[in-house]
Amino acid sequence: MMPRRALLLLASAIVAALIVALWQLVSNLHLVSPIFLPPPDRAWAALLFDIDRGGLGGRVLLTLQHMFFGWLLASFGGILIGSAIGISATARAYLAPTLEFFRPLPASALFPVLIAFFGLTENMVLAVIGFGALWPTLLATINGFATVKPRLYEVARLMRLSRRQFILTIALPNAMPEILAGMRLSLTIALILSVTGEILSGSPGLGHWIMLQARSFRTPDLFAGVLLFGLIGYASVQLVSLLEFWLLRWRGR
Amino acid sequence: MTTRLRRVDLRGIVVPAVVVVGAEIAARVTHYHSSSLPWPSEVVTAAGAALIDGSMLRATGQTLLAAFGGLMIGASLGLVFGTVMGLFLIVERLAEVTIEALRPIPSVALIPIALLIFGLGYAMEISLIAKTSFWPVLLLTIAAVRGVKPRLLEVARLLRMGLAARIVKVVIPAALPGIFVGFRIAVGAALVVAVTVEIAANPLGLGYAMMRAQEALRPDLVFAYLFWIGIIGWLINGLLSVAQRRLFGGASRAAPP
Repeated sequence: MMPRRALLLLASAIVAALIVALWQLVSNLHLVSPIFLPPPDRAWAALLFDIDRGGLGGRVLLTLQHMFFGWLLASFGGILIGSAIGISATARAYLAPTLEFFRPLPASALFPVLIAFFGLTENMVLAVIGFGALWPTLLATINGFATVKPRLYEVARLMRLSRRQFILTIALPNAMPEILAGMRLSLTIALILSVTGEILSGSPGLGHWIMLQARSFRTPDLFAGVLLFGLIGYASVQLVSLLEFWLLRWRGR
Repeated sequence: MTTRLRRVDLRGIVVPAVVVVGAEIAARVTHYHSSSLPWPSEVVTAAGAALIDGSMLRATGQTLLAAFGGLMIGASLGLVFGTVMGLFLIVERLAEVTIEALRPIPSVALIPIALLIFGLGYAMEISLIAKTSFWPVLLLTIAAVRGVKPRLLEVARLLRMGLAARIVKVVIPAALPGIFVGFRIAVGAALVVAVTVEIAANPLGLGYAMMRAQEALRPDLVFAYLFWIGIIGWLINGLLSVAQRRLFGGASRAAPP
């Protein structure tokens, strides 16, 4: 007896497989030109070949590096600045409106601005990621600090906690769920910005690589690259969710 | 109106004002010109000139047209699929693996594919925007339709409504506040993707205008466009949030931040 949930998951996987099979059939019957829609078996073969001989693994690693270091930069910056602003209601009143104006700005609009400072370099890509992916974490930290219960402030005063101790033992743990949710959002933005940055700056990475494949009409390889991007997106968010679960286990159920 | 005005905290304006005035004074004192950081007054002049000669408004029109077109396609598809999946749990369960496999692919990674199929122009941008705005509408429609009170569906059954009538007259109106929340998220995402696609590849709209200004070493124009994009996004978000309050009032308390 299989539980209903697992059975449904299996059925849903079969549906996905059927869609891939249909795609294969459509390509085999040449209903759509293979330049636009390569058959999945050729995309898969291209993926294996490029990893084996084409140095695709190295490209993926470079993109992961851009994304990860940019994300680290954004997360540290967001938590640090967010703590500095969040700890004081006065700083919040002065700075929060300005920060709220920047939040909905498309992060990619920073490319033209920062290209002028850094040129078409990897540092430029990292700076855009660090700055563009900063906002969710920064604002989450400020919000998390703002929701510390007044009673906890009184407790901290009674216990004569220093400002640093207050941040580390009360405010940051209180803000942790929001900060982690913000960091998850930052990660997605970091991936998007590393792709865009690589397309723009031509710094070697998966984003630049898929653009090259498209220019030379090697669609199976292009689809293989896009598949990898899907994998990176999925795996990275899952990892952060796992981290979130592990870090927040003290909250209990 | 007066009560709303009084609630505005003027302290929020101090920091940007000090930064802008300080930068202007510093620039005028040192007379330093750089190719990356403009004088604040130059940004204002550049924005004024671009507004008067129409280039900024033309670029805005192009971006908004692409965003609107993609949004309409993506949101309608999201609404249709979301309603079906919300009403019939089995359909959502069967589509689960497919959805989870497709959703994490970043829209920008699809730029090369869209370029191959559509070439440069509106079609490729619209297709990517449609792909982006599809997901939030789909997911929030599913949740909203599932949240429709069972009693309403019972009434519909008692009235012997057909499936179509049930959807149009009962389910959609009841789920509309939730669906609108998804639509708002989709609008924000549509603008972001539009500008990103224009910056990365497509010679249209605000993103391309920014890139061209950068290549022409006009930092004043780059910053003018940056603030202009911010104002546009802020205006659209403001309009939608007013619409949400007017249309759904108390039913939309769970709005996104």
